[in-house]
Amino acid sequence: MRVPIQAPAASVPAPTGTPVVALRGVTKRFPGVIANDNVTVEIRSGEVHVLLGENGAGKSTLVGMLAGLQQPDEGRIEIDGAPVSVTSPRQALAMGIGTVFQHSMLVPSLTVVDNFALGGPWWKRPDRTGIAARIVETAKRLGLRVDPYAHVNSLALGERQQVEILRALMRGSRCLILDEATAMLTPHEAIGLGELMRRLVAQGIAVIFITHKLNEAIAYGDRISVLRLGRNVGEIGPETLRGASDAENTERIIALMFGTSRTGEGSRREHTARVIGNTVLDVESLCSEAGRVPVRDVSFSVRSGEIFGIAGIDGNGQKELAEVLAGQSPRSAGSIRLMGREIGGASVGERRNGGLRYVTDDRLGEGTVGMFPVATNFLLKDIGAAPFWQRGIERPEQIRKQAERHVRDFDIRTPSTQTPVGKLSGGNIQKVLLARELTGAAQAVIFAKPTYGLDVNNIRATRKRISEAADAGKAVVLISTDLDELLELADRIAVIDRGSIRGIVDNGEGARDEIGRLMSAGDEK
Amino acid sequence: MALFTQAFIITLLLGAIAAGIPLLLAGLGEQLSEKAGVLNIGLEGMMLFGAYTGFLVAWASGSPSLGFLAGAGGGMVVASLMALLCVRLGLNQIVTGIALTLAAEGLTALLHFVQFSRTYPRLDGIAPLPIWPLSEIPFVGPVLFNTNAVFYLAIVLVAVFAWIYRQTHLGAALQAAGDKPAALDAAGVDVVRTRSMAVLVTGALAGLGGAYMSIAVAGVFVPFMSHGNGFIAIVLAMLARGRPLWVLGGALLFGGSLSLTTALQVAGVDMPTDVIQMLPFAMVMVVLLVAGRKAALPQALGESFVRGAR
Amino acid sequence: MTDQQAAATVAGQHAGGDDKGQGARASLRVVAVSIGPLIAALVIGGILLLAMGFNPVSYYGYVVQRAIFSPSGLEATLTRMGPLLLIAASLIVAFRAGIWNLGGDGQYLLAAVCVAATVPLTLNVLPIWANLLLGLLIGATVGAVWGLLPAILKAWQGINEIITTLMMSFLGVSLANVLVKLAFLDPATTTPQTRTLPVEARLPRLFDTSISSGLLIGLVAVIAVHLVMTRTSFGMRLRLVGANPRAAIHAGLSVSMLTIAVFAISAALAGLSGAVDILGTHGNVRADWNPAYSLTVVPLVFLARLNGFGSIAYVFLFSALTIGGESAARRIGVPSFFSLVIVAILLITLGLAEYLDKRHQERVRR
Repeated sequence: MRVPIQAPAASVPAPTGTPVVALRGVTKRFPGVIANDNVTVEIRSGEVHVLLGENGAGKSTLVGMLAGLQQPDEGRIEIDGAPVSVTSPRQALAMGIGTVFQHSMLVPSLTVVDNFALGGPWWKRPDRTGIAARIVETAKRLGLRVDPYAHVNSLALGERQQVEILRALMRGSRCLILDEATAMLTPHEAIGLGELMRRLVAQGIAVIFITHKLNEAIAYGDRISVLRLGRNVGEIGPETLRGASDAENTERIIALMFGTSRTGEGSRREHTARVIGNTVLDVESLCSEAGRVPVRDVSFSVRSGEIFGIAGIDGNGQKELAEVLAGQSPRSAGSIRLMGREIGGASVGERRNGGLRYVTDDRLGEGTVGMFPVATNFLLKDIGAAPFWQRGIERPEQIRKQAERHVRDFDIRTPSTQTPVGKLSGGNIQKVLLARELTGAAQAVIFAKPTYGLDVNNIRATRKRISEAADAGKAVVLISTDLDELLELADRIAVIDRGSIRGIVDNGEGARDEIGRLMSAGDEK
Repeated sequence: MALFTQAFIITLLLGAIAAGIPLLLAGLGEQLSEKAGVLNIGLEGMMLFGAYTGFLVAWASGSPSLGFLAGAGGGMVVASLMALLCVRLGLNQIVTGIALTLAAEGLTALLHFVQFSRTYPRLDGIAPLPIWPLSEIPFVGPVLFNTNAVFYLAIVLVAVFAWIYRQTHLGAALQAAGDKPAALDAAGVDVVRTRSMAVLVTGALAGLGGAYMSIAVAGVFVPFMSHGNGFIAIVLAMLARGRPLWVLGGALLFGGSLSLTTALQVAGVDMPTDVIQMLPFAMVMVVLLVAGRKAALPQALGESFVRGAR
Repeated sequence: MTDQQAAATVAGQHAGGDDKGQGARASLRVVAVSIGPLIAALVIGGILLLAMGFNPVSYYGYVVQRAIFSPSGLEATLTRMGPLLLIAASLIVAFRAGIWNLGGDGQYLLAAVCVAATVPLTLNVLPIWANLLLGLLIGATVGAVWGLLPAILKAWQGINEIITTLMMSFLGVSLANVLVKLAFLDPATTTPQTRTLPVEARLPRLFDTSISSGLLIGLVAVIAVHLVMTRTSFGMRLRLVGANPRAAIHAGLSVSMLTIAVFAISAALAGLSGAVDILGTHGNVRADWNPAYSLTVVPLVFLARLNGFGSIAYVFLFSALTIGGESAARRIGVPSFFSLVIVAILLITLGLAEYLDKRHQERVRR
C-alpha cells in the first residue's frame, strides 16, 4: 500500500491545547543503559520545537521511536491526543510523521523523481511527469529550486537535504523531524534552512529540530526541550525565549544541560607559557586529484609548539588534505617538508618514521581493527618493530606490557588489554588512537575531528591531550568542524572551502567573525 | 579446410544459441539478484538441480514442457535455501553459495546414481517451433526463427527485464535494495521480501536454464553437467552493468565459444575437445583483463540488511 | 554504534560479575555449537540415506570401521590427509588475509601434471631424494605461477578474485587434460596417462606402515601456516589486510604487495598438494582425472574457523569419510558423492547454529 503524495495540510490549526504529536512517559532501554528515561514531550503545530542535548543524551533514540524504527519499552506515543503504536517507517509516514535523518535516505543511483516514487505498486509505471510537476510546485511554494530529473548522487549534501524535506511534505507529513540537519551545511545554507523552517510552521506544520548546538536552538527554535542523560530536564517556551536576550537564554539552557557553566565555552585557554620553535611542517602549493574534493594549491606552515587549526564545513576537502599529508593519497603537485626534508613522495610508513602522525576521524573504519585486541591495535602501525617482534616472531610479554602502560597513562576503560577494541566506547577508542599516535618520536601530529561523537568528559580529556602535545614541542594540525574547539585551542586558524584555503586568521579578538566571513564568502547557490 | 562456409556458420550460430540459452537465463537471473544486492554464488547449484529435476520429470512424464517447469521449480528450491540463509538470516553469502553448490552437486550425483546409473535413459530433445513466415527468410530464418520455445521465452525475458528495470516501481525498488536498502526500508518497502523474491526468480531462471541443458541440448543428465556455466553466468551478470541486453550479447558470445567444437568438426578441423573447452574460460579472463575495472556493482552487494542497525 | 550503546556493551560486560558460575554453561555452549551441527548433519544425511533405500546405521558403521578401525583403512585415511592438509593450508593463508582463492583445483591439477611429466624422466639423472625435492619444487612453482594472474588483477585493478580464481581453475583443469593427452603421454601404455614414477622412487613411507610421508608434509604445512599467521609480524600484516583493508592502508602497509604475496603462497601450497599426491600416492596422472579437493576443503576450514589445528581434525574426519565412502561405494552401493553432501549440509547446519547462538546471546544480554 502506498502513502499518497498530497499537498501539506493547509492552515487548519489543531484544536488549541492538543499537541499534534506527544510522547508521554516514554522509556527505552538498551543492554546496560537507559537511552530514554520517562520522557514526556509535546509537539504543537505551527512551532519549531527543538530537542537539544549533548551526544548520548537520547535524542536519536527518541526520533527513532517516532519514525517507527524502534518501539518504546514503557510509555506511549500520541497523535492528536490518541495513543498510537508506530511499528514501522511506513506506518509513521501514514500517520503524518516525516523524518529527515542525519544520513541521507535517498538512493544515490536513482533520480529525485524515482526516489519519490519509491514504494509504489510494483507493476505500475511511475508517474514521472506528474511527480516532477508536483516537486517543482511544492518547491516553489517553499522557496526552493530542485531539478526533479537529477540523479541524487550529483546533488550536494545541502540539496539532498532539501529534497528529503520536500519528500516528507509531499507525503502529507504534518510533523517534520529534522535530525542534526545542519551538520553538513555551510553557515549560509544553515540560515536558509532556518528560514525554510519558519515557512513550514507558517503553513501549520509542526517541526521537531534535533541538535546539540546551543546557538542554533536559540536562533531557530520556538520551544526548546533539553535532554540530558536520557531525561527531559526542562522546557523553555516561546514566551520565555522571546522575552529574554540570547545571552540569558544561553545561560538558562546551560544550567539545564550541565548544572554548571560549560568549560571553555567560547573562551580561550591560556597557554602563554608555550614556546613556539622552528618550522616543523611546511606545505607548499599542494594539490591532489584523489578523493571526492580535489585539494587545490594548499600552502601553510606549522612550527614546533604551535597548534594550527583548519576550520570548515565537513566535506570541503579536510579528509582529502589529511590523507595527502599522511601519504595515503598521492599528490599531483606541490611539496610537503617535514623538518626540512621533502616527504611528498614518501610512503605512509616512511612519513611515520620521519615523525609525522595522523589521528584519523574514522576510528573504527580506518584507525583500528574492531576484532583485534586493544593491545594489538596499539601496534598496527609498528608491525614487526622491536621490541615487540624479534626476527619476525611476536613477543607477547612486551606487547602486553606496553598495552598496560598505555591503558594506565591514557586512562583507557577496557575490561582487559585483550578485549577486542570494537567493544570499547567511542571515547576509549579515541584514547587508543591517541596513545598510539602521541607516543614515540612524533614531530608533527595531524588530528582529524578528534572530539567528534564524544561525550563531554572525553572531549575535555582529548582537548587536553592536544594541548599537551603542543606543549611538548610537537607541531599540531587540528582539523575540526567545531569552531568553539578551534577557538579554544588553536594559535592560528585556516578556513578550507572546496579544497582550497580561503584565509588564515590569528586567533584572538574578532577571530570568530572573521572566520565566519571567510566560510560564507563566495557561497552563492 | 572450409572454415567460413555456410554450414560452419550455421552450425556455430545454432550452437551458440543452444549453449547460450542456459547462460542467458542464468545470467538474467544473476543480474536480477545482484541488482537487488545479493551475490548469488550458488547459481551453479541451482542450474544443476534444475537440470536434474527437469530431466527427471520430462523423462517420467514424457512431456518436455513439464520438465522445464520442474526444472524451474528445482532451481527455486535451492534458491529458497539461499533466500532463507542469506537474505533472511544474514549468513555469509559466499560461503553459503559454495555450500549450496556442493550440496546440489553431491545430491544430484547421488540421486542420478540411485535412479539412472544402470539405465542411462535418453530424451529425444524438443521439437522446434518455427515462427512462420519469418522462418522462411533465407539464411537467418532457419537459425533464429526455427528454434524452440525456450529460446523465444529467453529473448522475451530480456525485453521484459529491461522494461521492469526502467519503467516500473519494481525496478526502482530492486535498484534501491542493492544501492541503499535503508532508503527502501524507509520508503516502507520490505527489503527482505524484495531480495528474497529476486533470489527465488533467479533460482527459477537458473533451473530452467539447467533443465534446458539436460532436456534439449544433451538429452541426458550427467552428474556435474553444468560444468562451470553457472560461474560464467555470474561473470556475465557482473560485466553487463545492469543491462539485460548486454547479458544477451555476452551469452551468445560465450555460447559460441562453447559450441565451437561441433562447428569446427563440421568445417573439418580436428581440434581436441579439451582445448575447445578452455576457450570460454580463457575468453572470460581476457574480457576481465580488458574491461574488468568497469564492472559497476551495486554498493550494498554482499551485505545483509538489518533494520535499525547503526 | 553510538557512544552510548558502546558504553552500554562494556557496562554489560562489567555487570556480568556472576560469570564465574556461568563458566560451565559457557563451555557447554561452545561444545554444543561445535558438535551440534556435526550431529545434525549426520542425522540429516542419515535421513537422506533412508530415502534412497540404504540403512544409515550400517553405512556409517561400515565407514567408521573401514576408515578408522581397520589398519589398512586407517593408513589410507592418513595418507589421503597429506594433500588435503596442504589444500587446507593454502585456503587458511588466503582466507585469513581476506582473499578468496577458489582456484585450488586448477593449481593442484596443473602442478600434478607438470610433476608427473617431469619426475619419471629426471629420475635417470638424479638420486631419489633429489628427484623428490625437484618434484615438490616444481609443484609449488607451477601452482604459484597459476595464481599470478588473479593476483595481479586483484592487486592492480581491484577485480573480484572469486571470479578470476574460479575461471583460472576451470582453465587449469582443462589445460592439464590437454597436456596429459597431447604433450605428456606415456608412449609405453595404451591408457592415456603420463609416465609413471616407480614405487621405489616415491615419497618414503612412515616407519613400517603404508602411510605416505606426504602426511608429514601436510601436517608441517598446516601447523606452520597457523603459527605464522598467529605469531609472526608477517602473519599479522596479512590478517590486518584481511580484517580491514582500509586500516591496512592507514597503517602504511603495501596492500598490493601483500596481496600478491598471499596469492603466491596460497597457490604454491595448492600446487604442492598436487605434487605430494603424485609423488606419494598415484605416481602418474590419468587423463580426465580431477579429484577436486579444493572446493570440498573450503567448508572444512570454515568449520574449523580458519584454525590450523581445528582444520587437522576436520580434514581427518573428511578423509575418513571419503576413504570409507569409496570403499562403501563398492560394497554397499552408496556412491562416494555422499561425502560432498554431508560436508555441504554440515556447513549449513554450522551457519544455522552460529546464528541461533548469536540470537540467544543477544536475548540473554537484555
